[in-house]
Amino acid sequence: MRKVTLVLDDGTKFHGESFGYEKPVAGEVVFNTAMMGYPESLTDPSYAGQLMVLTYPLVGNYGVPAFSIEPNGIATYMESDKIHAEAIIVSDYSTEYSHWNAKESLAEWLKRELVPGITGIDTRELTKVLREHGVMMGKIIFDDEPDNVATAQYEGVNYIAKVSCKEIIRYNEGAEKKVVLVDCGVKNNIIRCLIKRNVEVIRVPWNYDFNELEFDGLFLANGPGDPDTAAEAVENIKKFLNNPVVRPCMGICMGNQLLSKAAGAKIYKLKYGHRSHNQPVRQVGTNKCFITSQNHGYAVDNNTLPADWEPLFINMNDGSNEGIRHKKNPWFSAQFHPEAASGPVDTEFMFDDFVNLL
Amino acid sequence: MTDSNIKKVLILGSGALKIGEAGEFDYSGSQALKALKEEGIETVLINPNIATVQTSEGVADKIYFLPVTPFFVEKVIQKEKPQGILLAFGGQTALNCGVALYEQKILEKYNVQVLGTPVQAIIDTEDRELFVKKLDEIDVKTIKSQACETIEAARQAARDLGYPVIIRAAYALGGLGSGFCDNEEELNKLAEKAFSFSPQVLVEKSLKGWKEIEYEVVRDRYDNCITVCNMENFDPLGIHTGESIVIAPSQTLTNSEYHKLRALAIKIIRHIGIVGECNVQYAFDPESEDYRVIEVNARLSRSSALASKATGYPLAFVAAKLGLGYGLFDLKNSVTKTTSAFFEPALDYVVCKIPRWDLGKFRGVDRELGSSMKSVGEVMAIGRTFEEAIQKGLRMIGQGLHGFVGNKELQIGDIDGALKAPTDKRILVVEKALHLGYAIDQIHDLTKIDKWFLQKLQNIRNTYIDLQKKGSLDNVDAELMRRAKIQGYTDFQIARAVGLESQIDAEEALMKVRKARKQMGIVPVVKQIDTLAAEYPAQTNYLYVTYSGVASDVKFENDDKSIIVLGSGAYRIGSSVEFDWCGVQALNTIRKEGYRSIMINYNPETVSTDYDMCDRLYFDELTFERVMDIIEMENPHGVIVSTGGQIPNNLAMRLDAENVPILGTTAKSIDNAEDRDKFSAMLDRIGVDQPAWAALTSMEDINSFIEKVGFPVLVRPSYVLSGAAMNVCSNQEELERFLKLAANVSKKHPVVVSSFIEHAKEVEMDAVAKDGEIIAYAISEHIEFAGVHSGDATIQFPPQKLYVETMRRIKKISRQIAKELNISGPFNIQYLARENDIKVIECNLRASRSFPFVSKVLKINLIEIATKIMLGIPVEKPHKNLFDLEYVGIKASQFSFNRLQKADPVLGVDMASTGEVGCLGDDTASALLCSMLSVGHRIPQKNILLSTGTGKQKAEMLDAAKTLREHGYNLYATGGTSKYLTENGIENTLVYWPSEKDMQPQALDMLHKKQIDMVVNVPKDLTAGELSNGYKIRRAAIDLNIPLITNPRLASAFINAFCNKSLDDIEIKAWGEF
Repeated sequence: MRKVTLVLDDGTKFHGESFGYEKPVAGEVVFNTAMMGYPESLTDPSYAGQLMVLTYPLVGNYGVPAFSIEPNGIATYMESDKIHAEAIIVSDYSTEYSHWNAKESLAEWLKRELVPGITGIDTRELTKVLREHGVMMGKIIFDDEPDNVATAQYEGVNYIAKVSCKEIIRYNEGAEKKVVLVDCGVKNNIIRCLIKRNVEVIRVPWNYDFNELEFDGLFLANGPGDPDTAAEAVENIKKFLNNPVVRPCMGICMGNQLLSKAAGAKIYKLKYGHRSHNQPVRQVGTNKCFITSQNHGYAVDNNTLPADWEPLFINMNDGSNEGIRHKKNPWFSAQFHPEAASGPVDTEFMFDDFVNLL
Repeated sequence: MTDSNIKKVLILGSGALKIGEAGEFDYSGSQALKALKEEGIETVLINPNIATVQTSEGVADKIYFLPVTPFFVEKVIQKEKPQGILLAFGGQTALNCGVALYEQKILEKYNVQVLGTPVQAIIDTEDRELFVKKLDEIDVKTIKSQACETIEAARQAARDLGYPVIIRAAYALGGLGSGFCDNEEELNKLAEKAFSFSPQVLVEKSLKGWKEIEYEVVRDRYDNCITVCNMENFDPLGIHTGESIVIAPSQTLTNSEYHKLRALAIKIIRHIGIVGECNVQYAFDPESEDYRVIEVNARLSRSSALASKATGYPLAFVAAKLGLGYGLFDLKNSVTKTTSAFFEPALDYVVCKIPRWDLGKFRGVDRELGSSMKSVGEVMAIGRTFEEAIQKGLRMIGQGLHGFVGNKELQIGDIDGALKAPTDKRILVVEKALHLGYAIDQIHDLTKIDKWFLQKLQNIRNTYIDLQKKGSLDNVDAELMRRAKIQGYTDFQIARAVGLESQIDAEEALMKVRKARKQMGIVPVVKQIDTLAAEYPAQTNYLYVTYSGVASDVKFENDDKSIIVLGSGAYRIGSSVEFDWCGVQALNTIRKEGYRSIMINYNPETVSTDYDMCDRLYFDELTFERVMDIIEMENPHGVIVSTGGQIPNNLAMRLDAENVPILGTTAKSIDNAEDRDKFSAMLDRIGVDQPAWAALTSMEDINSFIEKVGFPVLVRPSYVLSGAAMNVCSNQEELERFLKLAANVSKKHPVVVSSFIEHAKEVEMDAVAKDGEIIAYAISEHIEFAGVHSGDATIQFPPQKLYVETMRRIKKISRQIAKELNISGPFNIQYLARENDIKVIECNLRASRSFPFVSKVLKINLIEIATKIMLGIPVEKPHKNLFDLEYVGIKASQFSFNRLQKADPVLGVDMASTGEVGCLGDDTASALLCSMLSVGHRIPQKNILLSTGTGKQKAEMLDAAKTLREHGYNLYATGGTSKYLTENGIENTLVYWPSEKDMQPQALDMLHKKQIDMVVNVPKDLTAGELSNGYKIRRAAIDLNIPLITNPRLASAFINAFCNKSLDDIEIKAWGEF
């Protein structure tokens, strides 16, 4: 295996070996503390532009399932149609795998999709560096090609535009209720959760003005990067909120941030984000708590919510916003991922709540 | 929020350690008590296990050393009038007692509220039928069996369930007529056979080869749920989870599988209505996402203790708080102190639990692993690779393994057979198979162990081969060296692989590797267990050592203010919770005296490995290599080796050679006591007597030695060579057979033979000395005569029947020995006393098994004094001694023969008990009754079966037999005993031995018909012939759960106690009231 070095923007170096596709790469280095679910995470469009560090050391154990596509056009197991993370960084890649459902190894998959993977990294120490310093840009350099260095920029880049669909896609056509899904980088499981509840999903590009369409409810999907780059989407959502015909709306992750922005609230960047399967949230004003799956680097500033909006969920560890709702109208959102995949499925009921409102 | 009416709470403990119910409940009970204390609630604990940490001063407000039975618990409730009771922290013992109290409406009568999980929920999980029904209600799949009365019905059932199925003959013991069927043809054959045993056949879906997965789930009264940890068994279904290697978190489950089972676990806990903690066990299909729920434990369990240690999440502590009415959101994560307790730990390491068996200690025991538990302890290893964790773990179990590879070659004929039918040696058989070139697929087919685990084991082997190929240490480059260390290799394994160990002394070889490795810059780092995978800063002191890392999480103070205490490792027969108590007392004293305490230990069932107990906890190996690694990093003021039993004691010399500051008695003195020759010479020099002994290397020498001392003799083969137990031989034939079987007598491996003194009393001296002067001491007396291992004996303290002269002599000799060895710290000497003739059997310059017992009876903490002495702090001699006590403590042993199929439940010179209790009484009878009832004896109703051994033993039992008759008991006796009783005018009924086939009545029949309430069966001696005669009766008593006593002196004492004292007359007194 070829030797590689991960160089962070502050100069910190970690040495390891390549097990994926062999090319230098650069991106924002973020850590994820989930203990399983690497196929789901790698194909989550929200990881676009990022080098994903897994704190759980043993990775690759159960291989990778077939990248098969269902008749409705959605991948059977994956969260989008390709790997979106720029690279994966692990401590102990398992060269051998064992699972009835696996078709190939993680290494084979990464190579097929031209995505680097490196192993032998002290990912705990790396995580501590990121925790103390905040997320940083970083590069993976092959030791035998020290001059072949990739460059990248993360902040200010509109990753949403990069990963969003380019034209309208309809799923489960002909169902009684129609939901517009604004694709900022949607995970397949959001679509699966909606069509499982028998609604038609009209998936539109991130900046498409859906207000002209005929629909019963609006769904704002997750997506990568900086919400400030998605001004067009915010404008469309504002139009929706100002429409005298009030229709239900639910948002997830980026959707929570865009809805908040449309409502008038402000967003800030977290020091090192929430990326894990074990984030506790509490529904405001209740004793109800949920373990949630999360993947975000930005958060809504609770103090900037306008008077007719209120926080719906609060993160029990750091008090950050985990969702908002309108005090009168059926508009609400979650910063976490009720669709899970990967992660705990405890909050999937939010889809029921949404569909019941249609 | 919480219930303010609850001001006093009763907690039930789990009693003596036994197979299936061990130290984990000391840990969970201690945590619960801590949680209640924090709330200002008064706590009352009932637990006769006197060696535990939870029964120490200051842990509970009131402690009753009484049996955990409804009778005694009701008495305590009457007296203490608690408002609440906790049932979930004392294992099955407490749970069963709690259910009985509930069903007998005792809790209702005294208005005692069960805190946490309601009793009905417990009943729903304990009763198989209710459990299946309950889970059916929410469409959760369980393992069901269909009862069939015809072959056709069996065929139909099998078709419904889907092949393969398992067939069992109902009501048949020992699995007669059961087996697996892959198709109808096989079913027809087997069912026919099964119907010949029984009119009813049970058909069940076969889950052979399925994975076994567990989740630990927590729920509060607001219905908030979390799963704290999941675990995957290395061994597939069919092997009890207590017998399996267990990995946390699961390694071979995808996200979808993990969360499917997690969501089910939460659904189940909500439906059952647990408040607190429970565990859900699944069988999981390795070829699909199909599952079955095996069982739910509605209480803290061995798995929950393991999960607590594996994650740093204090399950028992949190469960106790939830029982008081808190929500999870009210509580903080006790590691980070800032984040919420409502979360699920993220691990950034892998944990491996390995069971420890002691099957070699039992005659005739069935070694095959199966659905019942036989292991006596366990270890937990932490690593950042699976290879590292499992190699650490295999060393930790303390059975001479160096890891997965580099061990003495296992001699085994039928590899395929051994892979299919696993024993306690299973992992070694897998290694052997890999060694012989078996393919992973082949081993998987035979064992059904997931290929992922096998591949990882193969990685370890491959590195061994790579090292071997290098041929010498000089050829090993840094890359290979690092790879080996990351895979958990010790310096010794590397030395052996490269052939260094065959050229030079083993110790020298490993030191050479160590030096070379350090020169390459390959040193371990220290990582924290912080529950959140470094996401949040944590002040945690919970640490492990690994080679998979570039930086340590902690800084080392180098301020000469830290003391390292070495722990006692895996619980095993002979070393268990009592040493954990000693270790914890040492830690407490170190802290109190202003030093920082550091513990090294790896047993997940202990309190000493609770990160609250010390300033730093290294959950890691107690090998010389690892201990040195930690010492080099911590640079402590000193190291305590005398409170953790034999493991740290054995390290003393080697640590000393590396100039490690050992506190207290010097390593040289320890060696002088441990080394038989040196110790013996010392005794001769100071004029102290000892039984004649010799280390002998040939049969002729042995014979001529025995000519001098006479039979019986005690023979100890070289343990290193055979691993066989010691034995008492009464004649030439026995001696020869034993030596042929157990030992190859040779120059290199001498056999130690000593004269065995019969009918002698055994006396123990537990003491603490400073600079050779005894500061505090306790003398205790065995009820049984010598010949019963001191760990199995029933011990009374203070002595009740010892001559004053004997005591005086023992004190004098002890003083001489303490002075001669210049002891500073704890020590124990065992004596034989016949008349006033005193002989020293052995001397250990460390705390002994009986330290917690005598400390608590005496109410003087001997370890606290010892630790102060070791720290160089002035101590005063205590003002009272054992002659001032107005009560007596009796320590009785707990045996687990019921778990050890086929083992002969007889006591000998090798220890067999798994645990102990200690009860106090104003008189011997009260204390003895309480302690005997605590270890599972019952006061017989009516009929007693006697076989009382040799003439001398029969005579010893005569008075007791007379007493029984006087109290209206019916005596049944086998041939010799019956004749003897009749000759002495004691009415009895003659019953026949199993060998006297055609005679009636048969003793065995009476046992099977449950016509006997108690069996006293004394073997004449420990010869094979004698043993086989009584074996069937003893074994039947165990299998039928009829109390059995095999020692005449203990039997007499117990009989006198229950005949002369009624339970109602025992005064219910808390420890503090004596």
